[in-house]
Amino acid sequence: MAIDVKNLNYYYGDIPALKDLSFSVTKGDFFIIIGPNGSGKTTLMKVMAGILKPKNGRLKILNRTLENYTRKDLAQTMAFVPQMMRVDFPFSVIEVVLMGRSPYLGMLGVEQEKDLKIAEQALTFTGVEHLAHRKLDQLSGGEQQRVFIARAICQEPEIILLDEPTASLDLAHQTRLMDLMEKLKKEKGITVVMVSHDVNLAAMYCDRLLLLNQGEMMCLGHPDEVLTFQTLEAAYGCTLLVDESPLGNFPRITPVPHKYLDHLQKI
Amino acid sequence: MNTEKPVLIKRLWVVSFSLMLVLLTAMFLGLSLGSSQSGMKAVIQNLLGIGPHDPMLDTIIWKIRFPRILLATLVGGTLSLGGLVFQALLKNPLAEPYILGISGGSAIGAIIGILIGFAKFPGVSLTAFSGSIGTLLLILVMSSGQTILKKDALLLSGVMVNAFCGAVIMFLLSLTQDARLHNIIFWLMGDLSMVDMLQVGILAAMLLPCFFLVFWFSNSMNLLLMGKEMAQTMGVNVKAVTVTLLVATSFMVSATVSYCGLVGFVGLVVPHLLRLLFGPDHRVLVPACVLGGGAYLVFCDVLARALPEQGEMPAGVITAMIGAPLFIYLLKRTRR
Repeated sequence: MAIDVKNLNYYYGDIPALKDLSFSVTKGDFFIIIGPNGSGKTTLMKVMAGILKPKNGRLKILNRTLENYTRKDLAQTMAFVPQMMRVDFPFSVIEVVLMGRSPYLGMLGVEQEKDLKIAEQALTFTGVEHLAHRKLDQLSGGEQQRVFIARAICQEPEIILLDEPTASLDLAHQTRLMDLMEKLKKEKGITVVMVSHDVNLAAMYCDRLLLLNQGEMMCLGHPDEVLTFQTLEAAYGCTLLVDESPLGNFPRITPVPHKYLDHLQKI
Repeated sequence: MNTEKPVLIKRLWVVSFSLMLVLLTAMFLGLSLGSSQSGMKAVIQNLLGIGPHDPMLDTIIWKIRFPRILLATLVGGTLSLGGLVFQALLKNPLAEPYILGISGGSAIGAIIGILIGFAKFPGVSLTAFSGSIGTLLLILVMSSGQTILKKDALLLSGVMVNAFCGAVIMFLLSLTQDARLHNIIFWLMGDLSMVDMLQVGILAAMLLPCFFLVFWFSNSMNLLLMGKEMAQTMGVNVKAVTVTLLVATSFMVSATVSYCGLVGFVGLVVPHLLRLLFGPDHRVLVPACVLGGGAYLVFCDVLARALPEQGEMPAGVITAMIGAPLFIYLLKRTRR
C-alpha cells in the first residue's frame, strides 16, 4: 500500500472537516479525490502530506506510520504540489527545480553536479527544459505548473500529491498535464494522488476514485462505480446527465442547466 | 578539483570578494573624510605608517572615525539582513524593520531604558529588545487573520504601528525636561557618532552570531518563498525556522537601535539592489547583505558628515532621503 488511512478525523476548532475516513491507495495507482466545494478534499490532501496533524486515526505511508518519518525521510518519499500560487521573487526555473533536491542535501543545500543533472532530467520529463533559465514570474500558469511538478519529481519521491493542478488551466493544458501525470505513473512507477474538481478528467485518467462529501467518504472505487448519476446528484445536489463517453469505456458527465431540464426528460 | 566545485560556492566567493572591496573602499573614505582638514594624503600616510607622524591625526582616525565606521558597517549589515529576512518570511518585497514598526518599538523600549537610567549594555539593549518583540507580536497578530494577510494591509498596519510608536516617543520625550533631551533626539534620528571601541566590540559580539545563524537558515528561506506548505514537504521545519529567524532578527535590530537610534529604509534599499545584481538566492544574499549593507551605511554616513557646511547630521536623515522615494517607486511598480 502506498497510503493507508484508518479512522481518520480532522477538526478545525470544533468543526469536523474529515469524519472517520478509512481507505487505501495501491502502489502505482492514479488515485483521484473528487467532491463538492467544502467537502474536505484539500484538508485530506494536507493531512496526507503531513502538513496538518489529525487528532486521531492512523496514517501509513508505504506501510510506515507518518510519525516514524523524519522530515527529510518523508520529503524523499512523498512530494506535494499545492494549489497554484504566485511567487513574487525572481527565481529562475532551474533554481526552483533544484530546490527539490534539498531533502537530499545539507542545511545549506549546496547542490553538486549530480543534482543539476537530476533537475535537468526532471525539466525534460515535464517538457519545459527550454525554459530553464527564464524567471518563474514570466511564465504562464501552465508552464509554472510544469515547473512545480518538475520540482516534485526532483525529490525522487514514490508518491506525488497534487491539489487541483488543472484548475485555472485551459483545455489543452489540462489534458497535457493529465497526460504528464499518466506518464509519471507509467514510466517512473510513481503513485499519483490528486484532488480535482473536474469529474470528466478524473473519469478518463484515474484508476480509482474517492468521492468525498461533507467530510465523509461517499463512494470509493473504479470510475464506473463512483460516477453514477445517483451518487453524483446526491453529492453535488444538481441534475446531471451521465452517459458513456464516445471515446471509450468510461462515463461522461454533463451538468444540466435549468433551461434544458425539459430536453432531459425527452431523452 | 576546481571544476567540480559547486556553482554556489564559486558565486559565493565572487560576490563576497567584490562586496568586500566595496566595503573597504567605503571604509577608507570614511576614515579620510571629516570636519578636520587633514586631507587624504595624510590619512594614507598615517594608515601605511609612513611620512611625518601626527598624534592628533592618529587620535582622529583611530579613536573617532574608526569606531564610527565599524559601527556603521555593523548597523548597515544588520538592517539590510533584517530587511532581507522580513521580506522572505512575510513574502513581501516591501517589508523592512523600520517600515513595519519593529525599529519604532525598539526605540520606545530604548527610551524607557535611557530614562530609567540603565547603561547601554545590557539595560537599554534589553528594554529595546522587549520593545521590538512587542511590536513584532502585534504585527503578527494583525497579519495572521485571513482577511488582512494581503500585502498592502501588512504595510498599512506597519504605518499605523509606526505612527503609534512615534506618538509614544514624543510623549516620553515631552516628559523629559533635562539636558538628556538633545542627546536623545539626536540619537533617535540615527546618529553614529557616539561610540568607542568597547561599545563596538560588545555590539559585534551580539550581532556576529546572529549573522551566522541567519546564514545557516538561508536555504530554508529560499524554500519558504515557495510557500509554507511546499517548504514543509521539502523537509523544512517551518515553525522552528520562522520563529528562530524572527526572534534573531528582532534581537539584531533592537541591538542596533539601542546604539544608534532609527536608521530607516536600509533594509529596503540594500536587499533590492543586491537582488537585482545577484538574483534571489538567499545563500548568496545573506553574506552580500552584511557586506553591502555595511558599505551602504558607511557611504551614507560619509555623506552625512560631508554635506553640511558646519557640524554634521545623523546618517538616518540620508538613508530616509534615499529610501523613502525608492519605497514609493517600488510600491507603484508592484501594484500592477
